[in-house]
Formats: sequence, structure tokens, C-alpha cells
Amino acid sequence: MLKINDLHAQVEDKEILKGINLEVNAGEVHAIMGPNGSGKSTLASVIAGKEEFEVTKGSVELNGEDLEDVAPEERAHKGVFLSFQYPVEIPGVSVTNFMKTAINESRKARGLEDMPAKDMLKLIREKSELLEIDRKFLSRSLNEGFSGGEKKRNEIFQMAMLEPKVAILDETDSGLDIDALRIVANGVNKLKSKDNAVIVITHYQRLLDYIVPDFVHVLHNGKIVKSGGKELAMELEEKGYDWIKQEATV
Amino acid sequence: MAFENNVDVEHPVHDIRTEAIKNFETKGFPSKKEEAWKYTSLNSLQKIDFSIFPKEENALEYKDVKRYSLHEIDTYKIVFVDGIYSSYLSETTHDGVDICLMSSALTKPMYKQIIDVYFNKVASKDESLTTLNTAFSREGAYIYIPKNKMPKKPVEILHFATGNEASLLLQPRNLVIVEENAEVQIIERHQSLTANEVLTNSVTEIFAAESAIVDYYKIQNDASGASLIDNTYINQKSKSNVNVHTFSFGGKLTRNNLNFYQNGEYMDSTMKGVTILGEKQHVDHHTLVHHIEPNCESHQDYKGIYGENSTGVFNGKIIVDKIAQKTNAFQQNNNILVSDKATINTKPQLEIFADDVKCSHGCTIGQLDEDALFYLQSRGIPKKEARALLMYAFANNVLESVRIPELKRRINKLIAKKLGVNLGFDL
Repeated sequence: MLKINDLHAQVEDKEILKGINLEVNAGEVHAIMGPNGSGKSTLASVIAGKEEFEVTKGSVELNGEDLEDVAPEERAHKGVFLSFQYPVEIPGVSVTNFMKTAINESRKARGLEDMPAKDMLKLIREKSELLEIDRKFLSRSLNEGFSGGEKKRNEIFQMAMLEPKVAILDETDSGLDIDALRIVANGVNKLKSKDNAVIVITHYQRLLDYIVPDFVHVLHNGKIVKSGGKELAMELEEKGYDWIKQEATV
Repeated sequence: MAFENNVDVEHPVHDIRTEAIKNFETKGFPSKKEEAWKYTSLNSLQKIDFSIFPKEENALEYKDVKRYSLHEIDTYKIVFVDGIYSSYLSETTHDGVDICLMSSALTKPMYKQIIDVYFNKVASKDESLTTLNTAFSREGAYIYIPKNKMPKKPVEILHFATGNEASLLLQPRNLVIVEENAEVQIIERHQSLTANEVLTNSVTEIFAAESAIVDYYKIQNDASGASLIDNTYINQKSKSNVNVHTFSFGGKLTRNNLNFYQNGEYMDSTMKGVTILGEKQHVDHHTLVHHIEPNCESHQDYKGIYGENSTGVFNGKIIVDKIAQKTNAFQQNNNILVSDKATINTKPQLEIFADDVKCSHGCTIGQLDEDALFYLQSRGIPKKEARALLMYAFANNVLESVRIPELKRRINKLIAKKLGVNLGFDL
């Protein structure tokens, strides 16, 4: 479904991704772990199409289509979703109105009419229940004054609404207490199917107790230096990243 | 321009007018050499040969101007067509409150006492454009709200220019008196119906007595040939609350001189503005808050979005007198430039003579946040709409204090339209 070939990317002449190879198939959950500054968030942003990063070599393909020169919104229409580490506050635009706009823009891109209001409300109700989101929450301004946990839960709510093919969760566990973590993970697990894929970017193993990965990759200095099954995450939790760094330099 | 012929020597305010003419003749039109007019030039307007009074009465049909009034709700309306009162389009009242015409207030004996006390008492005697208005203005809105009263509905002051004159000079004069513990909501709009040149030199005097509440909304979304110089003077007494919102979305040249004088204690003055400009439009906001006595607050929050070749000015002056201790004065001016050719000049001007005060000011000029833009795009919202949504969000908090819901909805729609997008939902 998602194929990343020898991907190199830089920002302001500084190379951050130095040859990433990764293949993610439908139905799979991949975890990308690694120390701070290894390039995890950059990889997420490059897949979602952030223009600030320049791809100097290699490619990102979605279902066989090279995403080079595809704008972020078009990537979203094709089924790429990024749950942000730091979601942006939009005063004056409610969660509901924001989702209406997002969904109808995506429908417009596919040549469909706006979703009828009744269907929209039903969808919103369904998905907000999945994430145990209160109705009052939906009329608040997007992310404005939300707690860390509320922001992350809202990100997964958006994912539920947009039903992406490939969802990248960038540090979704950071700033979450255990209850919020359980709700968020539970939501992701319910959204998982044989037709979509999830990439979980995390620093810690904690989230992976709830969202169990099929594959774990360790990113270091812009490269995947080790891949394995879910037991690799346990090993990292136990031993830290230093042994990986040493192994990588050898 | 020989206006003198139009001055009525029998008029009760004849002396005030004579003095105003003299003062205007001494000072003339303001030039860019004056600090207060450094960034706004009236040169091009002075070259135009304006008609002072239309040759004939120009009538308008309600259906032609309905959309410019807040027709969703019931309002009192004082409507002028080419500067002349239109009784046909207006709805005035004398039922417990007076919402009527300046010309009747100035001429009818029953108003004489009030006119003597209030007319031209807070307006500047030496600011040249104000004196020009004082000398030659014949018409405008007169609003008198007695103690403990509140009109049943908001008041709209609407000025239409038909374009039947190639170029027209209008000088409306409004007087608003809100007595103790009384309240009023006013919406003022100037609308030219063609691209012809119109210059409006307006003066509004507002007197808010103890514990009075005044909400004044100015909608400036005029046609491409319309220029407006708005001189508003507000005299506030203790515990009163006056809020002025200025929405500047159009017109050729707009200058807002908004002056607050706090003559009392424990009062609040609020000035808010949203400016969204494009083309070669120019808006200049000059605010003044004079804290004359202790324990008062003032809040200023102006947001500006400047595109294409538009230019903006914000000059916010706060004076805190030596005895005005415990003053809280806040001022904020944030701007976004969405074009390389747009410019904004912003300047806080604080003169603080008291030592126990809280005064803060901040001005920013920036571009849209790229991270925020990416966030919206990653949700499938195209760049153009994403930009508009962010600009809307940027301007939004200024709207929170608009207390007429239908007006708020209107302004939201105007903003969306001005930003050139359909945001996919009713804002």
C-alpha cells in the first residue's frame, strides 16, 4: 500500500532522512521508534507532504502512485492521514464545522456532492461515541484550550471521520494519561481493518502494549537501522537506544 | 469651495459654526507633514470637484438597499440618501426615547436645552476636518435615551450615495446621548451604490452618562470610489461601558479617528476592529483613550489582514493623567500581510503620567503560520480555503464581543466573502 524507496529529505540544506526503505501493506501495523532527533517526525511530515521538506532522492508511493508533487490536501484525499504531535488551534471554528469542511472538500475532490447534513450528524455521533467524546466538546473551537489528552483524542476522532488508508500517528501517546491512552488506542484498534494500515511513531513502548504492531523499525540518524517484530519494542524499552546507536556505528 | 452660503445665520448653533469656519480656514485640510496624517494623504481627494448638496432629491426603493440593512431583525432606521433624510426608508421613534434627525433636534425648541449642553461639546474645536463638519453639516442622526431606558431594538444609521452625482461630499453629524443607566445599540453604515466618487466627512458625538452602556458598530465595506473620514468623540462618565467595533472591509480610503475621554471612575472603554483589505484600499485607524480619572479600564484589539496593494495604519494613543492611578490600559494590534506589496504602519503611543497603572501594548506583523496551514491541508482542505480559514480564525476573537447575533452572523459572512471563499459551512 505505502512504499518508501531510498528516501532522502532535507530542510534548509540539512539532510535529515538519509535513505529510508519501508513497505507497509494493507492490514499491517508498523511501529517506528528511535531516539530524539532521529528523523521520525520528519518522515511522518514528508509522507504527508509538508512542503518545508525537500525530497532530494527516492520516492514515496501510495498504491503504486508516486506522491512527488502531490499537495498535502490531495494526499489526504487519496487516503493519507497524519495525527499531529502538536495539533494547531483554530479559534472560532468548531470541531464539527472543521470536520464538515474537511469531509466535503474530500468529497468534492472525488466529484461527490456535499454529504447531507443528516448523514454528517449521524457520522459525527457514531465516531464521537467511539472515542468517548462528549457532544459539548464538538461545538468548541478546534483545539483551542484543549488539554493534551483532548487534542490527541480529537486527532483520532478526525482519523475516524476521514477513514484513511494509511494513518500515521506521530507521538500520539505523548502527554496522555493512562485512561486517555486506553481510549485513543481502543479507537485506533476499532478503526483498523484488513484494508488500511497504521504507522505508529513513538518514543516509548507503552502505546504498543495497546496498539500491537506487526513490525517494529528503529530509526537512527535518518535511516532504519533495525527491524523486527513486536519483541524488538520490548528490548528497546529494557535496554534503551544506546546499543542500537553503537550497533549502527559499527 | 464656497459653502458659506449654506450657513444659516438664524440658526441656534450659528456661533459655533462661525467659529468652526474660522478654525478650518486657519488650518485647512490636514497634510502629510502633520504627524497624525503621515501615512494617509488626502491630496487625491482634494483634487476632486465635489458636489456639496445634490441638485435634486434622489429616491431609492427599499428592495435596492434592503441587503445593506440588518433586515433579519427589526431595527429603528435613520436612512439618508445622498445626505438627505429619507422618511420613506426610515423608522424613527419618540416613544420614550428619541431616535430621529439632527436637523429637527437643532431647530425644534424642545431640544434646545439638550443641544446647548451637548452639541459640539466633546468634538474637537481645532481638528480641521471636524471643524469643517461642524461648520457645514446639516443632517445626521439624533439619539437621546433617557435615564433607565433602552430602545426596544437596535438603531441603524444608513447613508446611501446613489451615484447620480459624479462626485459627492457628505458631512453627516450624529449626536448620541445615553443618560444614566440607559443603554443603546447602534449600527452605522455608509454605502455608495456605484463606483462614483463619494467623500464622507462624518462626526459623531457620544455622551455616556453614569452606568450607561453603548454598543456602536461601524460597518465599512463601501464601493471602490467611496472614501470615509470618521471622527468619533466619546465622553464617558463613571461606571459606563462603551464599546466600538469597526469592521473595515472596503472603500477607497478610510480614516477612523476614534477618541475616548474618560471623565469619571470605574468605567470601561473597548475598541475593537477587523480590517480586511485588498486592491489599493487604504484604512487608517487612529485611536485615542484619555484616562482622566483613576480606576478605569480601556481595551483595544485591532486585527488586520492586508492583501494585494492595500495599505493600513494603526496609531493607538493612550494618555494616562497623573491622577489616573489604577488605570488598566491594554492595546493589541496584530496584522497579517498576505501580499508582498501590502504595507502596514503600526504605532503605539503611550503617554503615562501616573505611576500605579497597568498598561500593555503589542503589535505584530506576520505571515500565516506554515505549520497551521499544513495541518489544515493534511485534513484535505485545499490551500486557498485553508488560508481563508486561518485568517478567519485570526480575526475571530474580535467578533466574540459583538452582542447582536444576527450582526455577528452578517460580519462572519462578510469576512468569508472578503476572503474569497466558501468555507463549506455557515460561519
